[in-house]
Amino acid sequence: MKLHYEVDGDNFLVAGEASASLKRTLKQLGIDSSIIRKISISMYEAEMNMVIHAYGGVIDVEISTDKVSIILKDQGPGIPDINLAMQEGYSTATHEIRELGFGAGMGLPNMKRYSDHLNVHSEVGVGTTVEITVYLT
Amino acid sequence: MNRLIVKELIEKMNLTLVAGEEGLENQIEGGYVGDLLSFVMAHAREKNVWITIQGHINSVAVASLLGLSAIILSENAGADEEMIKKANEEGIPVLSTSLNSFDVICEFARYNNA
Repeated sequence: MKLHYEVDGDNFLVAGEASASLKRTLKQLGIDSSIIRKISISMYEAEMNMVIHAYGGVIDVEISTDKVSIILKDQGPGIPDINLAMQEGYSTATHEIRELGFGAGMGLPNMKRYSDHLNVHSEVGVGTTVEITVYLT
Repeated sequence: MNRLIVKELIEKMNLTLVAGEEGLENQIEGGYVGDLLSFVMAHAREKNVWITIQGHINSVAVASLLGLSAIILSENAGADEEMIKKANEEGIPVLSTSLNSFDVICEFARYNNA
């Protein structure tokens, strides 16, 4: 099964909708709730990063019998130093964003922790692609 | 064991129901306290009550994704219009109290039998 989502940039009112929609689909498919939790956490973090840092983007999800693959693509500013961005507590979010409870510097670390595979490709000035894989078995 | 439900917690703790009436029968199993969404995302568990001051729409998104039973806004932290609308849509009870988060936990611990 393939799903496609368009994520609005800078629109906090609909932020998280793609993750919520995928969660509903996975629930309908009868996927184990502990696996849905892993997928929800990692995808929500990635979706929010797109909204906060990258003016939105597109998400493609493929659900197969053994895994869920999520590819998030944006045309944002890119990440100059991915290793630094992977460090817990490192954030470039603005003060306003932090006041909403974002910008704890846990987005990428949470994606890594709750997915089975995480790939981040980024080019400054071009954009970022995040690939999240969670196995179903 | 009889689990506590949201409606009972409201009565016992004298909380104000702000939104999400549909979820009043939600069962409660423990709680989580925090205002940083990534920490809540990573550590709160299904059916937890979440105590926070984040009264905006993204809190409802987090609660919904995790299957939390209710959000308690401490210190009279206001819920904005979008949060109320979303909570009603999703059936996530948003409860309000003048107590601070520490005092909410102290009281909640008396009733939570998880």
